[in-house]
Amino acid sequence: MARHVVAPAGDIPPGARKLVQVNGRAVVVFNLGGEFFALNNRCPHRGGSLCDGVTTGLIQSSEPGHYQYSRRGEIIRCPWHSWEFDIRTGQSWCDPGKVKTRRYQVTVEQGAMLVEGPYKAETFPVSIENEYVVVEA
Amino acid sequence: MNIEVRQPSRATKTRYGIVDCDIHPKLLIEDYRKHLSNQWWSYLQTYGIRPRHGFTKAYPMPKITPQAARRDAWPPDGGLPGSDLGFLREQLLDLYHMDYGILNPLQPTGQGDQNPEFSAAMAFAANEQQLERWTSHEKRLKASVVVPYENPEASTAEIKRRAGSKDFAQVFMLSRTAEAHGRRRYWPIYEAAVEAGLPVGIHVFGYSGWSMTNSGWPSFYIEEMTEHATGQQAVVASMIFEGLFEQYRDLKVVLIESGFGWLPALGWRLDKHWERMRDDVPHVKRPPSEYIREHFWVSTQPMEEAEEPEHVIDAMRWIGFDRILFASDYPHWDFDDPVLALPPSLTEEQRRMIYSDNAKKLYGLA
Repeated sequence: MARHVVAPAGDIPPGARKLVQVNGRAVVVFNLGGEFFALNNRCPHRGGSLCDGVTTGLIQSSEPGHYQYSRRGEIIRCPWHSWEFDIRTGQSWCDPGKVKTRRYQVTVEQGAMLVEGPYKAETFPVSIENEYVVVEA
Repeated sequence: MNIEVRQPSRATKTRYGIVDCDIHPKLLIEDYRKHLSNQWWSYLQTYGIRPRHGFTKAYPMPKITPQAARRDAWPPDGGLPGSDLGFLREQLLDLYHMDYGILNPLQPTGQGDQNPEFSAAMAFAANEQQLERWTSHEKRLKASVVVPYENPEASTAEIKRRAGSKDFAQVFMLSRTAEAHGRRRYWPIYEAAVEAGLPVGIHVFGYSGWSMTNSGWPSFYIEEMTEHATGQQAVVASMIFEGLFEQYRDLKVVLIESGFGWLPALGWRLDKHWERMRDDVPHVKRPPSEYIREHFWVSTQPMEEAEEPEHVIDAMRWIGFDRILFASDYPHWDFDDPVLALPPSLTEEQRRMIYSDNAKKLYGLA
């Protein structure tokens, strides 16, 4: 498993997402309040591009007439059929056992660490002063 | 960084010369100016579109996404989903190597409008726009004859006007009409369609003024989505029991955007009742399922997603693999991607029929 420098951390502020290419695969990286998560961009239901979806919260109901809205911004809905996926796990809400999108490990690392290591960023220069998002795939 | 989201190899998996039987071009209000008389343009500005429905100026509710569209279907150069031919080519016709696409325009087309003369003027203008904005620039696209179906006389005139044109593939109605589809007030429309050699496509939606269910208005959009199929069941039963197919032996009806899994069960039930109550409808001379198999075609979208794909194939077998037409519903949110829409265990021949051959035969495409 290789580690890929996919973006300067500042390119993906909290609440934002960015589509990147890792090993020829489209991967979408999310920033949830400073925590980074990466999912395979292809919706496991029918192939929509998750990066083009909207984020929402988790809507639940304990009984008819009572509703709870939590985890604002942590659910991505596919732009085609609106399947909901938990950005933290890649699991779908309706069929978490079977329909899930692959999740990748993400870290944020100092440029100083990266320029000396076995890392390579293909499309932008890595400077030692900045932080970078690294996806393991 | 330029990220290629969709691998080109995915599209090449469906090289059957696909015919997409349900594409929704967005007709723009401003484009009606040119094709409406001064009077009707003024009327449109002043009174607007008034369907048989309580909510006259807008959708009765938001429909899951803006414009009920795929969120990635908004043209990059601006405008509404389905309004940009170049983007439609890129995202649909070229991507999936389609041979043909059938245009089914939804509102604003004036279909079902309370003002029958205005409805007729709007339908004429909608048909002119399909030619001017779409089919004259892209020969893969075929228009549908939008008819003001609550005004059968004007509908007949509109069908006659378009008869013989290679640009029009079918007569276009919606599923929710003021009266059941088999009632005699609509027969002139079917007669004109048969004379013109055009199938009649019945697409779900429309504002009939009646509630979608026989126990009133549903609370949720999810129920509306589901009730389209039951609405089409009423269409099928009405057309058969009114004797429509005894009168018009060559009438061909395409049920669009209602799925098809329900059709075998409907056929069983209609046959069962007919065997016991045939004398209620003596003009219906054969088992209802025979009329279904002779006169109806179904489109695939929204595709049935059964736990066991074999169950979907069983339903297809009852209907007949020669009666099923692929449809994507582009650019709407419930779009079916041709690469993934059909059950994987269909044979090559069955796939070719559904994706391509059946529609080419039905619509007389090369």
